[in-house]
Amino acid sequence: MMGKRNPQLDADGKLVHLLTLEGLPAETIVSILDTAAPFASIGEREVKKVPLMRGKAVFNLFFESSTRTRTTFEIAAKRLSADVINLNIGASSTSKGESLLDTIDNLVAMNADMFVVRHGQSGAAHLIASHLQATGKPHVHVVNAGDGRHGHPTQGLLDLYTIRHYKRDFRALSVAIVGDVLHSRVARSLIHGLTTLGTPDVRVIGPKTLLPARVEGMGVSVHHDMREGIAGCDVVVMLRLQNERMKGALLPSSGEFFKHYGLTADKLARAKPDAIVMHPGPMNRGVEIDSPVADGERSVILPQVTFGIAVRMAVMSMIAGA
Amino acid sequence: MAAEAPGIALPDAEEALEALAARMRAGVAHGAAFVGIYSGGAWIAERLATLVPGDHAVGYIDVSFYRDDYASKGLKAGARRSDLPFDVAGATIVLIDDVLYTGRSTRAAINELFDYGRPAAIELAVLVDRGGRELPIEPGYVGARVACARDLSIVLSRGEDGRLSLGVERAGEP
Amino acid sequence: MRIEIRNGRVVDPASGTDRTASVFVADGKIAAVGAAPAGFRADRTIEASGLVVAPGLVDLNARLREPGLEHKATLDSELKAAVAGGVTRLACPPDTDPPLDEPGLVEMLKQRARLANRAHVHPVGALTVGLAGTTLTEMGELADAGCVAYSQGDVPIADTQVLLRAMQYAATFGHRVWLRPQDAYLARGGVAHEGEIATRLGLPAVPSCAETVAIGTILALARETGVRVHLQRLSTAEGVAMVREAKRARMPVTCEVAAHHLHLCDVDIGWFDSQARLDPPLRGTRDRAALRAGLADGTIDVVSSDHAPVDDDAKQVPFGEAEAGATGLELLLSLTLKWAAEDGVSLVDALARVTSAPAAVLGVEAGSLGPGAAADLCVFDPSAWWLVGQRSLASQGRNTPFLGHELPGRVRWTLVGGQVVHEA
Repeated sequence: MMGKRNPQLDADGKLVHLLTLEGLPAETIVSILDTAAPFASIGEREVKKVPLMRGKAVFNLFFESSTRTRTTFEIAAKRLSADVINLNIGASSTSKGESLLDTIDNLVAMNADMFVVRHGQSGAAHLIASHLQATGKPHVHVVNAGDGRHGHPTQGLLDLYTIRHYKRDFRALSVAIVGDVLHSRVARSLIHGLTTLGTPDVRVIGPKTLLPARVEGMGVSVHHDMREGIAGCDVVVMLRLQNERMKGALLPSSGEFFKHYGLTADKLARAKPDAIVMHPGPMNRGVEIDSPVADGERSVILPQVTFGIAVRMAVMSMIAGA
Repeated sequence: MAAEAPGIALPDAEEALEALAARMRAGVAHGAAFVGIYSGGAWIAERLATLVPGDHAVGYIDVSFYRDDYASKGLKAGARRSDLPFDVAGATIVLIDDVLYTGRSTRAAINELFDYGRPAAIELAVLVDRGGRELPIEPGYVGARVACARDLSIVLSRGEDGRLSLGVERAGEP
Repeated sequence: MRIEIRNGRVVDPASGTDRTASVFVADGKIAAVGAAPAGFRADRTIEASGLVVAPGLVDLNARLREPGLEHKATLDSELKAAVAGGVTRLACPPDTDPPLDEPGLVEMLKQRARLANRAHVHPVGALTVGLAGTTLTEMGELADAGCVAYSQGDVPIADTQVLLRAMQYAATFGHRVWLRPQDAYLARGGVAHEGEIATRLGLPAVPSCAETVAIGTILALARETGVRVHLQRLSTAEGVAMVREAKRARMPVTCEVAAHHLHLCDVDIGWFDSQARLDPPLRGTRDRAALRAGLADGTIDVVSSDHAPVDDDAKQVPFGEAEAGATGLELLLSLTLKWAAEDGVSLVDALARVTSAPAAVLGVEAGSLGPGAAADLCVFDPSAWWLVGQRSLASQGRNTPFLGHELPGRVRWTLVGGQVVHEA
């Protein structure tokens, strides 16, 4: 059964799964970022591979399709020399009525060493990790690649890596997170990471329909006016607005969203002159971000993608060796 | 600073370095690149580049991602970025380490070098050879040879003035 | 069978009794409390010194899962659970499969319950056919078959005109209407209380206004129609305040709280513990405090078990996919005693919330130990604690957020109609 304890840390406090950034000690986060740095250079070599996870079987379990995230995990695992098996479960087992945990038991019987899990339900990765513990398989590791609205910890870590790369010290930063925070696991993970590392000023900006209740409780300030919310900040993180939410009871239209919350050069001018612009991708140009800004010199959106592979290599190699 | 262990005669690190440099002067190619294994080997590589005549590019290598004890010990925190500021393909490389023992770090370093390209030749230079090899690896250049009990580690340190010194720790200590 | 229950602490909320005495049972009834009736010769004596002798508990909200959902529970398993928890009389909501919307189903359920020969079962009839919220059921026929009230289970009537008509019709014939106040739209898709916890865990939320909007509507329509309405399983502080106000205005409204809401709140979800997936959702600590205070001051009349056996397969899934509900019949007494002990409520007042008060809402003669009353009673050890474990439950639903908790109050004997139906 799911316990009160977070199953990602073992009895000695060692990281055995990565399920959420909430509650991870700052030293653990910093150690992941530090470990990612040397992995970053491997992509520039003749042989883009190290033998750390040779012979390990990594199962990419994607109950929601996401080519982007699945590919970066696949590259990361392959650069660690692991064998990668991609399963798009959305199209196989569950449609035949097999339960999530039955799927897991079957793959464990195939000697899986690690699951990279993307699921539409918040807490799915926790459920799997608790189940592995309860069934005596603590040597099988779980990486949460996005669970519902709850968390996307490797994205949060790569965002932190990117911010640290350009801005160094979290304890002097103002970070603005803009858009659909309500449905965003990216925002939740980043907020936990930033507050854990001592970022004094984290702001969320959006209409009341897209901000979750009592989000202040996560240690952020709330703004509805983007020009005011973005003023003087060092980092602007734009969130993706899902197509199905652009028109309906949450928002009247994507055009009106862009008018109020789309990042334009004009709005960006309110931030610090050296502010960086981030986006987890895939971008909706002209909805949450204007093309000249997305492609502009302050955009670090493509470096985020590159760093993402190194961060995922660090996470996988750290927990697989735990 | 590591304590002197009774019963082990450790050489003076600076004298061993001078002896190593003298042997290398006689054999190392003029354009050979020096690659030090972090962290002790990196300090020695920097010093040797000034002590051994020739045009020696200096690189650094961290073998954390190539170690064969990952499955049992996991990934150590504090891995550093390998930095080889020359084209490995076709290069003559002298791999440099502080203490040669089982040969496993050397094996890991050679594997890593090959992932950067195919070198023309790799030689091995070590400050101290303590014997106890578990792999068929022999250094071409040795500063000093020492006999040492299995449960002890020989550790190289660098003082604030840049001077190197050798000490002994119980194996397993940080 | 004549039974003497000797020297127990007799607590009878209906008469305000709390004294050490013997209870004499004959012919299925309470023959006397205190001195033995002339010529009474017990066939059996139950030594009750140090134990509490109380009326059997009356539970207004226990799902037996029959007909149709026997993989979750059966009448047999759940009535065993009832008497193991000291519950001698229970009302079951109409959300079976098919729903209790026609007399034949109700009669069959009553008949099956009689054969089981344990707790009394009072079916609550469906207010609308198929609980679909469009066509009224034949409440008169259902009443003849044995329905004591009419409800929608957990399915709100979205169309307020239908709700108004249903109340008008029920009021015409004096039928009672029980409703769980939840707005059909505001609660849509939600699985956790809207607040910091749901925000942190990224769980779709049910705002408190999903309850208050519904209470507002129900009270307005009840005022309009004069129907006797009972609000089931309140969960919010604002909801308690609205009922308090309505009672002050002398509206004929009663309400209940589920026992788990007295003790748990959204924090107990922990890391997505599906045992804490309940409907209405566990609310905030402020709500929990208001529910406890409302129960103490009489705004809330009744504590119910909200018994909903759920099988493991329906719980061992991600939180948002887990079926809501927990087993509760065997925890009702203990959770009520725990509340009373923590909040300094007397035993007689606490037991009133699970005996005489729910009997009054049901509109049946029950929940008392007066001479001549049916000998439905339970004898429990108030100072014995027990560990809630999957093996310690008789219910087929072994899932509850209290697994692993130690709770006070162990039922030793349960009598229904003067027969011992449970002994531990």
